[in-house]
Amino acid sequence: MRVVVDFDLCESNAVCMGIAPEVFEVRDDDFLYVLQEEPDESLRSKVEEAASRCPKQAITIEG
Amino acid sequence: MSSLQRIVIVGASLAGLRAAETLRAEGFEGSITVVGDEPHLPYDRPPLSKQVLRGEWDAERVALPAARNEALDLTWEVGVAATGLDQAARTVALADGRQLPYDGLVIASGAAPRHLPGTEHLDRVHALRTIDDALAVRRRLEAGVGRVLVVGAGFIGAVVAASCREAGVEVTMVEPLPAPLARVLGPEMGGVVADLHRDHGVDLRVETGVEAVVEGPEPGSPLHVTLTDEQVVEADVVVVGIGVIPNTGWLHSCGLLIEDGVLCDATTLAAPGIVACGDVARWPNTLFDEVMRVEHWEHALDMGAHAARRLLAGDGPGEPFTPVPFFWSDQYDRKIQLAGRVRPTDQIEVVAGSIADRRFCALYGREGRVVGALTMNMPAKVIRYRRQISEGLRWDDALAAAAEPPAPPAR
Ligand SMILES: Cc1cc2nc3c(=O)[nH]c(=O)nc-3n(C[C@H](O)[C@H](O)[C@H](O)COP(=O)(O)OP(=O)(O)OC[C@H]3O[C@@H](n4cnc5c(N)ncnc54)[C@H](O)[C@@H]3O)c2cc1C
Ligand code: SF4
Repeated sequence: MRVVVDFDLCESNAVCMGIAPEVFEVRDDDFLYVLQEEPDESLRSKVEEAASRCPKQAITIEG
Repeated sequence: MSSLQRIVIVGASLAGLRAAETLRAEGFEGSITVVGDEPHLPYDRPPLSKQVLRGEWDAERVALPAARNEALDLTWEVGVAATGLDQAARTVALADGRQLPYDGLVIASGAAPRHLPGTEHLDRVHALRTIDDALAVRRRLEAGVGRVLVVGAGFIGAVVAASCREAGVEVTMVEPLPAPLARVLGPEMGGVVADLHRDHGVDLRVETGVEAVVEGPEPGSPLHVTLTDEQVVEADVVVVGIGVIPNTGWLHSCGLLIEDGVLCDATTLAAPGIVACGDVARWPNTLFDEVMRVEHWEHALDMGAHAARRLLAGDGPGEPFTPVPFFWSDQYDRKIQLAGRVRPTDQIEVVAGSIADRRFCALYGREGRVVGALTMNMPAKVIRYRRQISEGLRWDDALAAAAEPPAPPAR
């Protein structure tokens, strides 16, 4: 599984971080950082939930 | 669970669509029919007051992708309203005379804008709820306007004002309360939003309402708007954002409890086999000891998902729905986010950043508990506090933790 964020769409509201803080982090500079681009399968359901709740549909999961 | 074969969802928008997705994700294999009175498949509303209004996005871009997902196998009845519910016969009546039988019903009919009394005949007075509303306002702006009057400085009004200023249009905004967003943020934090708008050139008039709107003397000349302080403002377009009313008209005398929305139990159940979600639903949120109706994007998603699971749980007890409400509102380059449920009487403490920089986090407290966290351009903070509020964060603990110097960076 590979996590891809479209940073042109992302508005750094940190919704994804609330769901999967292991993968997504919005830092003090207001930018979103993807901490693990290929997270472990055990995080799949969290990452999928984050993708489906991103108000900008900025997260896609490949594979 | 599986006496359910046919589920009908009334309301083809955010909450209804999420309910449909969740039913499938939970393994429901029967038929799902989604009824919507708008002639469109579900689309997203927040961009209407921003990208669509400013002409950056066309109508196509706001479509919600799940609505086009054929794997969900949904039957769409769009462009036709539900007009009645017969609980005994288990049918939903449609405007074209058909009766849709159901075993399970999801009420997700949302809310509609309140109108400014006495302006129904004026075609330059607009509400902003649907894609068609947004395109109509945009056409006016594109045709060139001198001044927009925004009535009501709630979410919709404040965002519209910001979008118009960003497009270089002059804006007057009137608000009966002492500050923008005062109903949700309280007067003190509302004042911060007032300054933000004034600094961007909005002519903001608080504690002021609209008395009357009349056509100008010549065809095409500006509307004349008389305010409650007897001043007269000229405007080429009026956008009204004075709140919404839940869409419960179609549920008249059907036996459900309607009290400013469809009243549900703590699990989102309105009656056996009937759940409600999103802007139309009111339910007791035990986390806050309050019967609430919430009009936010994320809420529509979460309650839509919860209601779907509740429906599938059938006669079982079901889980209570206990979210910490959350919204965001982007105005100019500021991201305003609130987690929680605040009242004007709550105590407020800025725990990070500063109001002067318009980058801060403020906590709201009541009876020893933190009940809300408001941030301006500090998104990570509001998300963290949201989780802590759901865990019952104490006021004293929160202030003590915030006063500690930040831990050194991990790397
Ligand atoms: C312009 C705008 C900007 C917004 N911006 C933000 C934001 O920045 N942040 C935020 O948190 N929230 C925002 N919101 C709020 C958010 O969009 C709503 O909370 C959300 O749309 C609610 O979803 P819903 O599905 O419950 O209701 P709705 O989206 O209102 O959908 C209900 C649907 O049911 C239909 N319907 C009603 N009656 C019937 C009937 N009898 N038969 C058939 N269909 C019927 C309606 O026409 C509508 O299509 C915004 C809303 C608007 C309008
Ligand atoms: S939820 Fe979406 S928009 Fe928000 S920070 Fe994450 S990727 Fe960006």
